[in-house]
Amino acid sequence: MDNYLSLFTEYNIAAAFWVNIQLTFWAALISLAIGTVLALMRISPVPSFEAIGAAYVTIFRNTPLTIIILFGVLALFNQLGFTLSPNFNENFFRMAVMGLAIYHAAFVCEAIRSGVNTVPVGQAEAARAIGLGFLPAARLIILPQAFRGAVVPLGNVLIALIKNTTVASVGSVAVEASSVMKTALEFRGDIIIPIFLTFALGFVLIVIPVGLLTTWLSRKMAVAR
Amino acid sequence: MSASVLFDAPGPKGRRRILIANVVGALIIAWLIFLVVSGLAGKGQMSPDKWAPLFTSNAWTNFFLPGLTNTLKAAAVSIVLSVAFGLIFGLGRLSEHKAWNWTSAVVVEFFRAVPVLLMMVFFNIFFARSGLVPGSEAPFWAVVVALTLYNGSVVAELVRSGVHNLPKGQREAGIAIGLTHSQSLRLVEVPQALVSMLPALIGQCVVILKDSALGYIIGYTEFLFYSRTFGAANANTLQGLLLAAAVFILINYTLTKLAEWVSRRLGSRGPRRTTPGEPAAVGLPVGLPGLPDTDADAGPRR
Repeated sequence: MDNYLSLFTEYNIAAAFWVNIQLTFWAALISLAIGTVLALMRISPVPSFEAIGAAYVTIFRNTPLTIIILFGVLALFNQLGFTLSPNFNENFFRMAVMGLAIYHAAFVCEAIRSGVNTVPVGQAEAARAIGLGFLPAARLIILPQAFRGAVVPLGNVLIALIKNTTVASVGSVAVEASSVMKTALEFRGDIIIPIFLTFALGFVLIVIPVGLLTTWLSRKMAVAR
Repeated sequence: MSASVLFDAPGPKGRRRILIANVVGALIIAWLIFLVVSGLAGKGQMSPDKWAPLFTSNAWTNFFLPGLTNTLKAAAVSIVLSVAFGLIFGLGRLSEHKAWNWTSAVVVEFFRAVPVLLMMVFFNIFFARSGLVPGSEAPFWAVVVALTLYNGSVVAELVRSGVHNLPKGQREAGIAIGLTHSQSLRLVEVPQALVSMLPALIGQCVVILKDSALGYIIGYTEFLFYSRTFGAANANTLQGLLLAAAVFILINYTLTKLAEWVSRRLGSRGPRRTTPGEPAAVGLPVGLPGLPDTDADAGPRR
């Protein structure tokens, strides 16, 4: 038991999870912004905008996240010398955030689009009838209801994002949970199963409340029809 | 599709505005492509010696094809095992045995909440140390077991929601002809659920294929690993990664289209299916637990 408890003094597990939470927070904000714009483009009446949105979703939804994160470090940073911050570690953190955001924006877009599909035709017709154009109608009528209808799929994307922040390890963000677990496993061969269960439980404790919260929120926000 | 719902047929003024916006959009795309290409050219990345090596027979026979074979091998084994895992625990979650039901629920919820990469890293070291599999095969089995545990749990939820989405009459008919609960599940409900969940299942194959690239991180010699090795040897990592991405996109896009086609085909069958042609139904994001909103009535989520 003491043997196991020494794990917590040797490795700062809470700090490792804190990195994953920070990655989640920034990537969620940025992907929500990109995803909303993409969703607007995909429902707009302009064919070229629609094509940009569709192409973005097809490309990034079908690319493994590992390639996207790796591309940031190996291609953009190593080969092209592109940086997002003069600070070495900060640069990799931001690149990982951008990689995660770009990848998940495709899923946010699809989640919002599925929310738009829950808005009855009558709402769009009513918006037109009182003289609203595309952007005012989207902003005042369609999107507010679409977001309320998209709580569950958006929550699912958020859960996926939380778990996918572990992939940042390949983007040289070396202090996040999966990298710390790897080091711990390598140096503490006597307790590898307890180490795995500890880290796994950490994710269960983060993910399950988020799942419960989205379910509760989706009931609370559901538009009565 | 939404366009016809959200917009009236535009008048002459609206048509002109749409035309202008359309041209502006096209110009923006052209400008962006130009920026990227000229930016790359400015760094000497568009020169033929960076791209030509990708299309030589050496590149394909010694790097890309062996890598692709390993990726497809891991994905294929994981898909088969995931479906088996999903059937066992999906049936478990529908079982009337309290203990079995609870065990399945805990297993499914646990493996859906743990990142696939975390499992891969653990199993890689676990297999290497315990000697359960030959040392050189540890990364392969780590990839397969991690993918199976996660995607199998998702498939278990698909089975559950598929059965919940069936008309009630199916079960009632089963009971009426004297089948027990588990016989009715096995002989009447699950076979129909499997057909209706086929599109979502193909979507899950996309997830498995994408997640198999995580094997790169634990040193499994899959497609990304070889693309990277090739890129390092020829000083064209950027181009090698782009090629790897393009191949993944091509395969996954084909699978997604296949799922849509199957979904349409099934549309002309029975009255209810799991999510008809819903974009979110196919191609669930990596690590997306459960199905999206469309089958919220089946309560696949906690």
